[in-house]
Amino acid sequence: MADQRSMTIKGNMATAMGAKLCRPKVVPAYPITPSTLFPEKMSEFIADGELDAEMINVESEHSAMSACIGASATGVRTCTASASQGVALMHEMLFVASGMRLPIVMAVGNRALSAPINIWCDHQDTISSRDSGWLQFYAETNQEGLDLMINAFRIGEDNDVLLPAMVGIDAFVLTHTIEGVEVPAQEDVDDFLPPYEPPHGRLDPDEPSTFGSFGTPEYYQEFKQAQVEAMEGSREVIDRVFDEFEERFGRRYNKVTTYKCDDADIIILTMGSMTGTAREAVNRMREEGKKVGLAKLTVFRPFPYPELEEIMSGAKGLAVVDRNISPGGFGAVYSDLAGASINIEKKPLIKNFVTGLGGREIFVKNFVEIYEKTLAAVEAGEVKKPLEWINMNQEVMR
Amino acid sequence: MTKVKITVGAINKDAGSSRRYKTGGWRTMKPEVDLEKCVSCFKCFDYCPDGAIKKTDEGIEYDLDYCKGCGICAKECPVEAIVMVKEEK
Ligand code: SF4
Ligand code: SF4
Repeated sequence: MADQRSMTIKGNMATAMGAKLCRPKVVPAYPITPSTLFPEKMSEFIADGELDAEMINVESEHSAMSACIGASATGVRTCTASASQGVALMHEMLFVASGMRLPIVMAVGNRALSAPINIWCDHQDTISSRDSGWLQFYAETNQEGLDLMINAFRIGEDNDVLLPAMVGIDAFVLTHTIEGVEVPAQEDVDDFLPPYEPPHGRLDPDEPSTFGSFGTPEYYQEFKQAQVEAMEGSREVIDRVFDEFEERFGRRYNKVTTYKCDDADIIILTMGSMTGTAREAVNRMREEGKKVGLAKLTVFRPFPYPELEEIMSGAKGLAVVDRNISPGGFGAVYSDLAGASINIEKKPLIKNFVTGLGGREIFVKNFVEIYEKTLAAVEAGEVKKPLEWINMNQEVMR
Repeated sequence: MTKVKITVGAINKDAGSSRRYKTGGWRTMKPEVDLEKCVSCFKCFDYCPDGAIKKTDEGIEYDLDYCKGCGICAKECPVEAIVMVKEEK
């Protein structure tokens, strides 16, 4: 197994160190809470001569993503970081990046969207970009944040994929929290991640070409389909890269990781840092003899429905916990899962629980309540309320 | 139009291919210049958004393959040497 250095660092430092190990050549970034430490660290690495890259100070996140697109199109590894309003301001350019099939990697400190203004943890920023054609990874810990950055470059740059990727780490819960992290050695990452050689083309004045050229109605739909096929193709690549990462670095990643699901009647599905609390809740409930399991979603795009289908097949109830909400609809994970499972014959009753918005704490007792509400639906044989809010401050409601 | 194969990232390596697309086909009105009136100030040349005007010794000349008939040249001409006429097809 590769030698690694133990460090205790913040989540932003973990994603920055992960990015640095990938040797990006260009880092255009516009600092925003709670991701500010990422560009700060990247510019320090460059100033200290630890990283040979160009840092571009831009005037907005729209410009940051535009500069990423320009840089990546010249054929160099490119990364950035953002959060919340920043990701929202990039929205237009996110589609350009994926349409041009540029494997840019962005670390996101997942944060709520205004109004009201709120700087705390929430997945709405990246969830609202779910249709932009970017791969999406969500970390439970700082270690996962660092590792997923490396994996994201490797997967996104695969010749069968060529898609940009976001790596989400929860605002403050991870971005500003110090945790123990194993940092791989540079030579090992170099081995795992060869230099980026774009197979589809690069901007070069000596051999001029146009990127993202005009696509009339006769062509546009085929371009979108090709993008979808790349996303579909990434499923197998993700598995292969995660396997190889485990072999080299000893840490296992899955699109969905299960915990005590084998004999579970009720499975709780989580994403991001809330998973740690959910695991503790499952442990305590297991001690009381409750047949409850946990499934953690690490990859949200491509949505891992084949894996989820298998996990669901034995359960009676599935509680999908979403840290995002589409007003008038549901949480995104629930919507996707419900859509993907509609034609499956053997599926559990599925309930959606929305909580943790704008940095609202999620406690062990909240997962116990989620379990109990799902169990009640299973016992009643029907889901009367598909969407429920958890850990509300009723006293502040009008 | 002949169909081409789509490429990854909509990358077109056939540089300068836009020259082959004659954008003048969209036009409903076309400019006509009266060189008797033209004083060669070349305001029309500066303002034409499509580069469809060439400077000549006598004044100007239109490249109607690329003129889309917007009428800006006619509007800008200080001596009203340009008129827009209906395109006959
Ligand atoms: S603007 Fe009028 S006068 Fe000036 S160059 Fe054009 S046609 Fe001639
Ligand atoms: S009509 Fe418009 S496009 Fe045509 S020559 Fe005049 S300014 Fe140019």
